[in-house]
Amino acid sequence: MKKVVFVALLMALATPALAVYPSEMLPDPAQEHRARELGKDLRCLVCQNQSIDDSDADLAKDLRVIVRERIKAGDTDDMVRQFVVDRYGDYVLLKPPFKLSTLALWLGPFVLFVGALSVVFGFYRRRKTVAAAPPPPPLSPEEQRRLAALLKESGQ
Amino acid sequence: MIAEIGHFALVLALCVAIVQAVVPLVGAKRRMGSWMAVAGPASALQFLFIAVAFGALINAYVTSDFSVANVAQNSHTEKPMLYKVAGVWGNHEGSLLLWVTILSLFGFAVSLFGRNLPSGLKCRALAVQAMISVGFLAFILLTSNPFLRLEPPPVDGNGLNPILQDPGLAFHPPFLYLGYVGFSMAFSFAIAALLEGRVDAAWARWVRPWTLAAWILLTCGIVLGSWWAYYTLGWGGWWYWDPVENASFMPWLAGTALLHSAVVVEKRDALKSWTILLAIVTFGFSLLGTFLVRSGVLTSVHAFATDPARGVFVLLLLVLAVGGSFTLYAMRAPAMKMGGLFSPISREGALLLNNVLMATGAATVLLGTLYPLIADALNLGKVSVGPPFFNAVFLPLMAPMVMVMAAAPMMAWKRGDLAGVWSRLKFVAAIALGTAAVVWFLQGGSAGPWWTGAGFALAVWLGLGTLVDLAERIRLVQAPSEALGRALRLPRSAWGMVLAHFGVAVFIVGLTASSAWTSEHIQTQKIGETVMVGGFGVTLKGVEAVPGPNYSAARATFEISKNGETVAVMQPEKRTYRMPPRPTTTAAIRSGFTGDLYVVIGDFDPKGGYVTRLYFNPCIPWLWVGGALLVLGGLISLADRRHRIGAPARGRAATQAAKA
Repeated sequence: MKKVVFVALLMALATPALAVYPSEMLPDPAQEHRARELGKDLRCLVCQNQSIDDSDADLAKDLRVIVRERIKAGDTDDMVRQFVVDRYGDYVLLKPPFKLSTLALWLGPFVLFVGALSVVFGFYRRRKTVAAAPPPPPLSPEEQRRLAALLKESGQ
Repeated sequence: MIAEIGHFALVLALCVAIVQAVVPLVGAKRRMGSWMAVAGPASALQFLFIAVAFGALINAYVTSDFSVANVAQNSHTEKPMLYKVAGVWGNHEGSLLLWVTILSLFGFAVSLFGRNLPSGLKCRALAVQAMISVGFLAFILLTSNPFLRLEPPPVDGNGLNPILQDPGLAFHPPFLYLGYVGFSMAFSFAIAALLEGRVDAAWARWVRPWTLAAWILLTCGIVLGSWWAYYTLGWGGWWYWDPVENASFMPWLAGTALLHSAVVVEKRDALKSWTILLAIVTFGFSLLGTFLVRSGVLTSVHAFATDPARGVFVLLLLVLAVGGSFTLYAMRAPAMKMGGLFSPISREGALLLNNVLMATGAATVLLGTLYPLIADALNLGKVSVGPPFFNAVFLPLMAPMVMVMAAAPMMAWKRGDLAGVWSRLKFVAAIALGTAAVVWFLQGGSAGPWWTGAGFALAVWLGLGTLVDLAERIRLVQAPSEALGRALRLPRSAWGMVLAHFGVAVFIVGLTASSAWTSEHIQTQKIGETVMVGGFGVTLKGVEAVPGPNYSAARATFEISKNGETVAVMQPEKRTYRMPPRPTTTAAIRSGFTGDLYVVIGDFDPKGGYVTRLYFNPCIPWLWVGGALLVLGGLISLADRRHRIGAPARGRAATQAAKA
């Protein structure tokens, strides 16, 4: 059983991606290009982290056809996306929308970065006060010996 | 019988590991030399037992002993020998056994080569190493035993997923594991240093080569995996931000940061507690990576729940290892002495800044990978986090890092001179901006994505900046006649840095061009029909059936022409494996300086012809060359005299030679 889970995981990742069949494609290259770009951001709902563009699953194929039908009907990209989200929920978007439940996801990296920078800033300020303090005691004979050995090793 | 010997050897190894985890620590605390001395022989014995177990499992696979459940589930008599052996680590149980085998091998290596290590540090590090062993051995024996028997044994096995039957993937997991487990050395030494309450340049000098070796192996593993994905998955993608990939990328990012901060500890005796923290975090990511991929938790939280024993054990191990070390760190790190002083504008400062960016990057990948799980667990709804998120958040973090990367090696330690660095780099900046403009013009302005110019500018900035730094180090302009001699005398670690940084620049070119300008042609192609792809004429000449060892294939023959002349014949295959019955595609790839022609044959169309997928993937080889330069740079740096001194046996000889 356990093995099945793992293999399923790998298979999902490793299905040869023979998605997007010629029969599905739109005759107008510009429209087809839009469909491909949209497809990259839509998740194949039955797959492990694959877009409908990469997936061989039937459901992905259905979604690809829906996207193309909406484009043919004259929808803008946003309208197509909204059309799919209305039916399948946010889960279908590989780039999660910015809202309350994804706040931590979108702001997390920024908060982490600012937090890390402020820690570094604090470190430098603390350093300054340490630098103003009296100099450290001289090296002990043992440390002197070590230093000499290290300098010798590095060939100086 | 042999399987039982393997099983028994694992139990013995667990017993030895428990002794090794406890006795030397007590000995070090109470200053009892004989107790401390247990660590060395114990690590040798532990390795011996685990090697016996691993050998037993390999034997079961090679002889196709299907009475062993693990073999029956993952192997097949028809499989070529390479994949029988590779099948050992192609599954959860076997891969964990490989993991502990490598772990014990490294422990043994410390006891073997670590003769000049301070005895307290060495025996504590070996004890910590043994604690990790205890955790993993218990996990294997209690929840994931590869030696369980099947009654009655099946006539033949289930086989290995054919997509995994590939040389690239046969060697991918061992390299990854060598990398993951290699970081356990830095971890064990970090914990040992915390226990001792002392981190110095000598510590860093020992830890650096191990970290570097682990980093090289992990880089190899990731590049191999990426390369495999590129040529097997059939549409020319090479990185998917899949959780499984992220699992290996997080320790790589943290390990890269560790590698650089360890330089500061060694050279300047600063950033010590930060380096210790990074060592813990890097190994934490390695543990997480091992478990994320193998536990099935990523498929859904429920996979975890259906197999609670394994899941709970994994969580417990992670909490103990990471939580325990963080607690120890919180207790001991504040007491650690502050090291050398430096201003924010200095090489240390630049390395620290890049460390912050790397760490934030790793944390971002972690957040994005685990967020769907967290959201599900907290009932925030089902969320997907895919490539568009990572590209939007991770890449902007890496851009400033690349900018600092070019300048940092030119800065002096302690207090750098920003104006001086700028005066050396302003021409590089001008050329980088010029390149951006040219790229923008060549792609037809807004006909391509806006970021291509930025990508190329960063690559030129880093690549050229690295070369300028090299030219200055060997005084190419000031004294060209002596430059060659200087180049030869340059420390190997400097050459390693130059090559690796240049490799990143080459990689950025591949990344940018292949993401932006791939051209794709999907169509039904009739025999004799020609399609133009990336300036090549691709003509389908025919499709024939070809038998393989454990599959049958439809092999297409394409004739490739350029300017009316035939330049190559390409033969992609569509294979159908017998056990398990699954189709795979084998793309035909023709690599060149400007990119790859990538040809895939699909199904027969009843209306005549075949579905063909033809791609021109620009600059893909640059990715592999960049990756190879990273590995090469790492290897050259590893061969530096300083590290050889770190590797004791020869180090002593070198020191004696220096004295003489």
